[in-house]
Amino acid sequence: MPGPDEVNIARVVALRLGCGKHVPAWTVQRNCASGMQALDCAARNIASGRAHLILAGGVEAMSHAPVLLNNDMVTWLGEWSTARNFGARLAALSKLRAGHFKPIIGLLRGLTDPVVGLSMGQTAENLAHRFNISRERMDAFALESHHRLAQAQDDKLLGEIETLYDTKGNAYEHDDGLRRDGDMAKMAKLKPVFDREFGNVTAGNSAQITDGAALLVLASAEAVEKYKLPVLGRIIDIQWAGLEPAQMGLGPAHSIVPIMQRHNFTIPDIDYWEINEAFAAQVLACLEAWKEDDYCRTELGLEGAFGEVDLARLNVDGGGVSIGHPVGASGARIVLHLLNVLKRTNTRRGIASLCIGGGQGGAMLVESGRETGP
Amino acid sequence: MTIKEPMNPPADKPIYKHWHVERDNDAIVWLHIDVANNSANILSSGVLDELNEILEKLTYALPRGVIVLSDKPNGFVAGADVKEFVPLKETADALVLLRRGQRAMNRLAELKCPTVALIHGFCLGGGMELALACRYRIADEDPRTRLGLPEIKLGIHPGFGGTVRLPSLIGAPAAMDLMLTGKTIDARTAKKIGMVDYAVPARHLKRAAVAVIMKMPAPHRPTLLQSLTNKGVIRNILAGAMRHRVAEKAPGAHYPAPYALIDLWVKHAHDPAKMMEEEAISVARFVLGKTAHNLVRVFFLQERLKSLGKKTLIAPQHVHVIGGGVMGGDIAIWCALQGLRVTVQETRHDALAKVIKRAYALFKKRFKQPRLVQAAMDRLIPDDKGVGVGHADVVIEAIFEDILAKQALYREIEPKMKAGALLATNTSSIPLEILSEALAKPSRLVGIHFFNPVAQMQLVEVVSSPITDSMVARQAAAFVRHIDRLPLPVKSSPGFLVNRVLMPYLLEAVTMEWEGVPAAMIDKAALDFGMPMGPIRLADTVGLDICLSVAEILSQRLNVDVPPRLRELVSAGRLGVKSGQGFYTYHGDKPQIPRAKPGYTPPSDIAERLMLRLLNEAAACLREGVVADADLLDAGVIFGTGFAPFRGGPINYVQEAGVDIQRKKLHELEQHYGKRFVADAEWAEL
Repeated sequence: MPGPDEVNIARVVALRLGCGKHVPAWTVQRNCASGMQALDCAARNIASGRAHLILAGGVEAMSHAPVLLNNDMVTWLGEWSTARNFGARLAALSKLRAGHFKPIIGLLRGLTDPVVGLSMGQTAENLAHRFNISRERMDAFALESHHRLAQAQDDKLLGEIETLYDTKGNAYEHDDGLRRDGDMAKMAKLKPVFDREFGNVTAGNSAQITDGAALLVLASAEAVEKYKLPVLGRIIDIQWAGLEPAQMGLGPAHSIVPIMQRHNFTIPDIDYWEINEAFAAQVLACLEAWKEDDYCRTELGLEGAFGEVDLARLNVDGGGVSIGHPVGASGARIVLHLLNVLKRTNTRRGIASLCIGGGQGGAMLVESGRETGP
Repeated sequence: MTIKEPMNPPADKPIYKHWHVERDNDAIVWLHIDVANNSANILSSGVLDELNEILEKLTYALPRGVIVLSDKPNGFVAGADVKEFVPLKETADALVLLRRGQRAMNRLAELKCPTVALIHGFCLGGGMELALACRYRIADEDPRTRLGLPEIKLGIHPGFGGTVRLPSLIGAPAAMDLMLTGKTIDARTAKKIGMVDYAVPARHLKRAAVAVIMKMPAPHRPTLLQSLTNKGVIRNILAGAMRHRVAEKAPGAHYPAPYALIDLWVKHAHDPAKMMEEEAISVARFVLGKTAHNLVRVFFLQERLKSLGKKTLIAPQHVHVIGGGVMGGDIAIWCALQGLRVTVQETRHDALAKVIKRAYALFKKRFKQPRLVQAAMDRLIPDDKGVGVGHADVVIEAIFEDILAKQALYREIEPKMKAGALLATNTSSIPLEILSEALAKPSRLVGIHFFNPVAQMQLVEVVSSPITDSMVARQAAAFVRHIDRLPLPVKSSPGFLVNRVLMPYLLEAVTMEWEGVPAAMIDKAALDFGMPMGPIRLADTVGLDICLSVAEILSQRLNVDVPPRLRELVSAGRLGVKSGQGFYTYHGDKPQIPRAKPGYTPPSDIAERLMLRLLNEAAACLREGVVADADLLDAGVIFGTGFAPFRGGPINYVQEAGVDIQRKKLHELEQHYGKRFVADAEWAEL
């Protein structure tokens, strides 16, 4: 969600980081996958020879999402500014109604699909219904996300996360959304927030709305040599997919499959998975979809069920539910973290993927380390 | 409106050395000041003579308007020529100089056409008075524009009509505040108080000047309330408050000029002509006085220190500070404030958080504009992994005083540093020769020793050991200039200059306190001498633990005994301001001063005991060649300790007060108090 002062925020970030005035920068927008889109753009620019060294990633400050004036108020302000004398101003004032002051919460608008008229949470409710995912399964998945993040923090496995400092003398070493004291009973107490009466999706089993930023340096082989850069990994392939907006949460299922087909991979070929946890129900639905013959045939064009992902290899250090989902940044964060997981486990291949509001999915295949030859 | 470029003067016009006079198609005269053979414009006699001549001619061939502007990139006019005052012996000679300036300003003020001062950069002292003599003032809104009347810092007050014109322009409170403190302000502030009429971006300066001459808006007038402040009875009331405020900073016995300025205004503000005359007489008197003489000396000492760092020797962009404690953090903050990119390496996140907090407070105070605060915050990068060391042009080590820890650090960072990057230590007590043993290239280590609080202490000791590469030392001094501090080259010897000279003085104070002299009496004696803070309070402020550790290091190598009283307080956990109790008890940072016992008379030799130990140590430093010469010693002690500036430094003071007299006193003290008062051999050379 671009802030009004920073519409091309990439340029602002570049200048404030000191990348230099002569280094161009642009901002991409793909809702939840903007960070991954930025990596895609960078990779393509390097592949085409237009650039050798690109700083790419995503930033998000959802806590700064604007509160807007409604259309009636904007119209009224237009009139007011042209009222030149006392009489005209009085006349304008007399037209002002309480309804003019009703604000539009930018954040809520941003998280609502304007085409199908559903909030993101409601699309997750759709998936829960479609794949028969119970409240208990969602809550258990969410709880596990918190457990994994807690373990990762304790084992200091999140080295890529920088400590933040505010101007009041506080240091923030960790994201503050982690609940170490959660249990199923507490999870069960939370009320549904999207379908308020009979829904299953709660604040507890949804991603947290947070601020965050993740940046990666992408370089050509030439630049790696020239600047003697340490190589964490390589981007091998990227796939974007479109699907029914009301079921946008299945985006990963749709975008991952074509990559796997291109490389003749089956699920065991992938060492680790990062599927962004927009909603517990949505991640679970992706896994369910791949297990269903029917869905895989009709929606993914496969001959039968795609298979089952081992949960021990998926989001091993937690995900959006526990660490938060700063929309624009998550796409870059999960790629970076996946590469760190591959490095730490000394494994080779991983896929990072997200669902995208509006009915899309994005997936990226990465390999750790430098190219190891054919 | 179309802008007409000023045309070249016709060939028959006289050519001046310091001014260009150009008359454009609208009959506006552009009066460019561009003082020959000087990087800044200063109003020397030659410059003023030419100005008088020009203005006299203009009086007879009146143009449509006159615009006074500077052709120097660094500013408008930096002030009168201080050098001309130094050799003066007679009041009459001083009066000639002052009246020459006043006459030029008055001629300018009396021109019948509109006059505009077009101001960018420095507009100080005589330059400000020149601007005040114009009908309008237009200033560049860039923060580099600095306006003010800082004469008071040289022990005089404005003497080219400034005392007359400024109060009547903006009212007495703002005007007297500027003249009594000598502070400078930017264009926006000047606009707010009415000292300039417009603060505009550089791109509009000339357009604005032409427009003002064409339209002739009503000149600035003080508000009714402001003008009332210059009226009879009110003047007397305000003057009392002013004297009171001045007394807090500058006792009249040492600094007479501010009081004379207040008196001048009280007595004569109703009669500008008379006030003008008295202004010159008053300044002439001070110019010849000892205070002004020594303050001018301090001014030149400062210029000398500045000249010791040649900025061209290094072009630092990135500084890496290792150690996020009080000193390391404050050094990092200061460098970021001065526009450098800074990484501050520290593994303790809470320490880094405090650095960022202090930085924000300072940047907010200094920059005001949120955009500039943000930019400075962006330049200061917390670096818990030490990533910055390989990018930095200057690496400053400011970790705790431990030889092995520092050596281990150097071994680790030296291979990571950029080739040619400067490696400096902020150590105050460990000889550089020992530290540099850890380096593959030992000659690259130099000391850059800052004082606490970094943002207020102008002096930085640049320390060379016998093996320090002299080019490295010169680059270090140049770096110090890049961050707007004053470099003092010193030899690597215990305590360098400042701490070494200060320590015997502090310890003598501690000894006296232990003997039973009330702390407040000791501090008062030092304040009366002209020190900025008493020694006991200074010790409490620095921290008694730090004082003790420095004293112990010095005592091993020098003729210094550590009084048991200091150890006693430290082991009782009384560390000074930071622990709430030291010699004094503190509420916040304010000491509670106990009432003196009735009938108690303090010993008469407090000040002598304090100062002679300092002076004696200064002599020893000179003998050992800790600094190159006596002037640098004076400069270092003034800017490093705040030593009474009006006394011109310790060696200058000894010479003014009489070497023999001081030496005799030292001898008397030796007989009373023992060998710590044995006169150093250097006294024979003073």
